Amino acid sequence: MSEMFSMTDVTVCYDNVEAVRNVSLSIEEGQIVTVIGPNGAGKTTLLMAAIGLLASRGRMVFQGNDIGKMSVEDRVERRLCLVPEKRELFSDMSVADNLLLGSYSLRDRSGVQTTLGEVYDRFPRLKERQRQAAGTLSGGERQMLALGRALMAKPKLLMLDEPSLGLAPLIVREIFRTIASLRDLGVSILLVEQNARAALETADYGYVLETGEIVQSGPAKDLIHDPKLITAYLGGH
Amino acid sequence: MTSDIAAILGIDGIATGAVYALVAIGTVLIFTVTRVIFIPFGDIAAFTALTLAALDAKRFPGTGALVVILACLATLIEIISLIRAGEIRLLPRALLFYLVLPLAVVGAAWLTMRAEPPLAVRLVLALMLITPIAPLLDRIVFRPIADGSVLLLLTVSVALHYALVGLGLLFFGPEGVRTEPLTSFSAEFAGVLVSGQTMLIVIAALVFSGLLYLFFDFTLVGKSLRATAVNRTGSRLMGIRPARAGTIAYLLGSLMAGVSGILIAPVNTVFYDSGFLIGLKAFVGAIVGGMTSYPGAAIGAVGVGILESFASFESSALKDVIVFSLLIPILIWRSLASLHSEEEIEE
Repeated sequence: MSEMFSMTDVTVCYDNVEAVRNVSLSIEEGQIVTVIGPNGAGKTTLLMAAIGLLASRGRMVFQGNDIGKMSVEDRVERRLCLVPEKRELFSDMSVADNLLLGSYSLRDRSGVQTTLGEVYDRFPRLKERQRQAAGTLSGGERQMLALGRALMAKPKLLMLDEPSLGLAPLIVREIFRTIASLRDLGVSILLVEQNARAALETADYGYVLETGEIVQSGPAKDLIHDPKLITAYLGGH
Repeated sequence: MTSDIAAILGIDGIATGAVYALVAIGTVLIFTVTRVIFIPFGDIAAFTALTLAALDAKRFPGTGALVVILACLATLIEIISLIRAGEIRLLPRALLFYLVLPLAVVGAAWLTMRAEPPLAVRLVLALMLITPIAPLLDRIVFRPIADGSVLLLLTVSVALHYALVGLGLLFFGPEGVRTEPLTSFSAEFAGVLVSGQTMLIVIAALVFSGLLYLFFDFTLVGKSLRATAVNRTGSRLMGIRPARAGTIAYLLGSLMAGVSGILIAPVNTVFYDSGFLIGLKAFVGAIVGGMTSYPGAAIGAVGVGILESFASFESSALKDVIVFSLLIPILIWRSLASLHSEEEIEE
């Protein structure tokens, strides 16, 4: 497996406060990597820097290219996609239009309708509601739409920020099943989650972020049995 | 007031309102995509009328020189910002869009004018010359402060209007113009004689609004503009560049303002500074529509036109006072309505 994405000594500041400090991580092709940690650890900040919405210091390499100084739009055109915590849907527009806009960055538009069909097959609920405004969807449907919209861009690396946030347990299971199935499409995933157990069960490799620094990392199957993590994040004693 | 007079005033008001509607739709388009309340839109409409009048008089309009100066300035600013960002590879594209294309438009207009073209071609030339102005002004004035507050953008927009009025005097001179009517046709509806020019104004407003609707609903670029208006961060995450969306919005908006300028030129005498009132009345219409709704802005603008028409019959001197006084109750109603909806959201 070749390296898809890496961060080396990445630091992100809000004014003079370092929200993320010297973080290094890497993701192999087709791998699901998760970053877990408490609220306010800097997980969202890390993803915002990775997509270019926040300026950062350090080195970021995506498919062999240094993307550290690239604009958000240039990163998206290289098929690095983010599903943000707030989903950022186009609430006044229909589900179908939201999905279509997901494919905006693709220069080759010949496969757009096929991809749309695949997204509808994956999320039949979205097909049922394709004419409905995105703002009228339920929380679970919104998350499905945000995921579906990102898939329309045929991402090589998909970054997901708290995809389970605010969703019912049944929907959370469905969302994580979908995330796991994306691996079969060859999509690499960087998953940021507070639901540490679900994230580690889905991921291949995990990083633990606390107060802006990576404090632990390892294969997900090892981390899930780590006594310290069980006490801190996995709800066990 | 008899019913005949009311009908005449009503038709006159609808025609004036249709012109305001085109400018109001352009104003809403620019505001939703870029957050700029583009006050100089009326100036663009007035400059189009002045451009067409110059072309009719077989003179090359001052618009040409204005576009050349703005293009050079925009290119210089773009080159400096690209060098600062270390994006030298984008220089050829910047030169093409900010220098070569505007200069090509001016060159083509200059060459075509020498052949003494018919009215239809002169109309196209006037629109061609006017459309680069707003996108170039965007690059020079608004792009460097794109992340500023709406108030800052509005303040700069007002300052830009005054700058344009000065440039208008420099490039077009102080004389007023009235172009020849686009048609001499007229017809009688329910006992009221309606001029072809009036019909043309209403038809043009309907056609251009319809085209804009089709553009927004059926093209990917149109949808990307709507997306930028609805959610800027979300649209960036789709790879939609706000600056490009802004340029398209300015191009389309200036086209709408240009068309309204062409339509109003045979009906009203237009001076270099006539644009302010046109823009301001369209702005009142746009506010009626809440600054975000195209049909709302169009209906509001037609309402302003009708009110102005009846107000000028009752008291010509007070017509503007009456129209602008309309703003106060509308703003009170709007603020109460939005307060109510916020309470509903909180529930």
